[in-house]
Amino acid sequence: MDRFSWTSGLLELGETLVVQQRGVRLYDGEEKVKFDSGVLLLSTHRLLWRDQKNHECCIAVPLSQVVFIEEQAAGIGKSAKIVVHLHPASSNKEPGPFQSSKYSYIKLSFKEHGQIEFYRRLSEEMTQRRWESIPTGQTIQVNKDPQAGRIRAVGIVGIERKLEEKRKETDKNISEAFEDLSKLMEKAKEMVELSKSIANKIKEKQGDITEDETIRFKSYLLSMGIANPVTRETYGSGTQYHMQLAKQLAGILQTPLEERGGIMSLTEVYCLVNRARGLELLSPEDLVNACKMLESLKLPLRLRIFDSGVMVIELQSHNEEEMVASALETVSEKGSLTADEFAKLVGMSVLLAKERLLLAEKMGHLCRDDSVEGLRFYPNLFLTQS
Amino acid sequence: MHRRGVGAGAIAKKKLAEAKYKERGTVLAEDQLAQMSKQLDMFKTNLEEFASKHKQEIRKNPEFRVQFQDMCATIGVDPLASGKGFWSEMLGVGDFYYELGVQIIEVCLALKHRNGGLITLEELHQQVLKGRGKFAQDVSQDDLLRAIKKLKVLGSGFGIIPVGGTYLVQSVPAELNMDHTVVLQLAEKKGYVTVSEIRSSLKWEMERAKQVLEHLLKEGMAWLDTQATGEPQYWLPALFTELYSQEITPEEAKEAIP
Repeated sequence: MDRFSWTSGLLELGETLVVQQRGVRLYDGEEKVKFDSGVLLLSTHRLLWRDQKNHECCIAVPLSQVVFIEEQAAGIGKSAKIVVHLHPASSNKEPGPFQSSKYSYIKLSFKEHGQIEFYRRLSEEMTQRRWESIPTGQTIQVNKDPQAGRIRAVGIVGIERKLEEKRKETDKNISEAFEDLSKLMEKAKEMVELSKSIANKIKEKQGDITEDETIRFKSYLLSMGIANPVTRETYGSGTQYHMQLAKQLAGILQTPLEERGGIMSLTEVYCLVNRARGLELLSPEDLVNACKMLESLKLPLRLRIFDSGVMVIELQSHNEEEMVASALETVSEKGSLTADEFAKLVGMSVLLAKERLLLAEKMGHLCRDDSVEGLRFYPNLFLTQS
Repeated sequence: MHRRGVGAGAIAKKKLAEAKYKERGTVLAEDQLAQMSKQLDMFKTNLEEFASKHKQEIRKNPEFRVQFQDMCATIGVDPLASGKGFWSEMLGVGDFYYELGVQIIEVCLALKHRNGGLITLEELHQQVLKGRGKFAQDVSQDDLLRAIKKLKVLGSGFGIIPVGGTYLVQSVPAELNMDHTVVLQLAEKKGYVTVSEIRSSLKWEMERAKQVLEHLLKEGMAWLDTQATGEPQYWLPALFTELYSQEITPEEAKEAIP
């Protein structure tokens, strides 16, 4: 509330009233202040509040002080509010009701409603920023103190000019960032063109490129984030980096896999590995590309893709088909099970439980009962009891 | 008499010329690779300079991030393809989105049993923000969408379905085709849909409407209210606004952490 200044409540030359609302209470941050019942006025330049009982008591804050506004919905016994976040008060602000405040925002509480329209109008003024283009002059009506009135008007202009400069500075920073970004992108575009040209050359030569050159080229593409056009067919999308990553993963995942029955979904692996790393995280593509190389590098883990598209990492020693046999036992014991029930019983994720049951079905051990109550699996009696 | 162009000599000469041409071809690629390597080093320097001035801007300003991503897409560059890419290493964009991916996976897993693996972008946004805490960087819905697009490649069924001006995020490998999507869009207005509504809006036969609804029921994405006045209503828990404010329970959180 220390951004407000006392004012006569009269509009300046060039300042226009936009909307007003009775029955508004003011809050300094979260705390109620003595301005509990007044008329809230919005002009093209300021936000004003005048006490309904004492018309002499009038305060205002320039709209240029506003950072942004939020709506706060009404609750039981609570009026709807608008929260107005403000810039710190400038040093040459006119005196007001509060010297200091521990909050950088105020709240306008609409005890007699009207907040929707007011919010709409205030948002509009914040977008149009008419106070920037319409200069205000002295008040046209006679003040109690004409001298003070003139000084006050000048003071406002001075504040507004400072804020204008500050805003231009911020805008300049942002536009400088965009300019720099555009220049950078031009250079990146050149890299993309060059890589296309090289890829075409490789295609023309049809495999007459050395393995060494391929490795180099792929690592360049990786650095720039350019999709791998030609060499994917011949050598796969893995690079040296992915090879190293695959070896690392084999080390990191051994124990977690053993703890989880030898199998984990790729999303689980992604979360586990990245949570452990904390920094320099793996992209999902990095993980997939590394896992694709596990088998060819003869590591003790492998990537497996189920019919549904679900991707898992298994220990080489893990045999999903054997697990199916024990799954069949479990289902038989219970008569029938859904994926959820099976998952809970065995202590697996629902995703992997479902895949196991589907595999068992594919192998002919289980039958499904697909109804609106869910997908339930039964032992395949057609097979066992002919 | 000499006859030009024929004979073993001519053939041998031709072969030699071809070999030399191929050699030069190899040299050309080598040249270009060397050129690319040099340009790459220069680009890295430019990027470092850019990062030193504007890295904060990217971290803090969601709009700037959108600009950045759009520009990259226009020129054919994916800054999020690899954590080892320059963009990720120097601008830190990678870590931002990959970590967001982890948070998205965890929220979706925790809430799956409530909504069958479908969640509105709004609710996902709220839950992710809650999980990140007060002092974390701000994350926009655009950021979430980009992170989710990257998660698709992990094969667990992450997808984005546009409905009525916003999006539903799918996080289970259930097959949702055009028919299912269209019914979801229809249900978005009120949170539920009936067979009659589907038939009158989409002009489908009874059988087709029923099949789609049954599929959604089976997947746990729709709940059946047989006690509604008139005909049964098929509700989508993903669209229950009351659920937004509910916290993720400790049991649900346990489900989420691998």
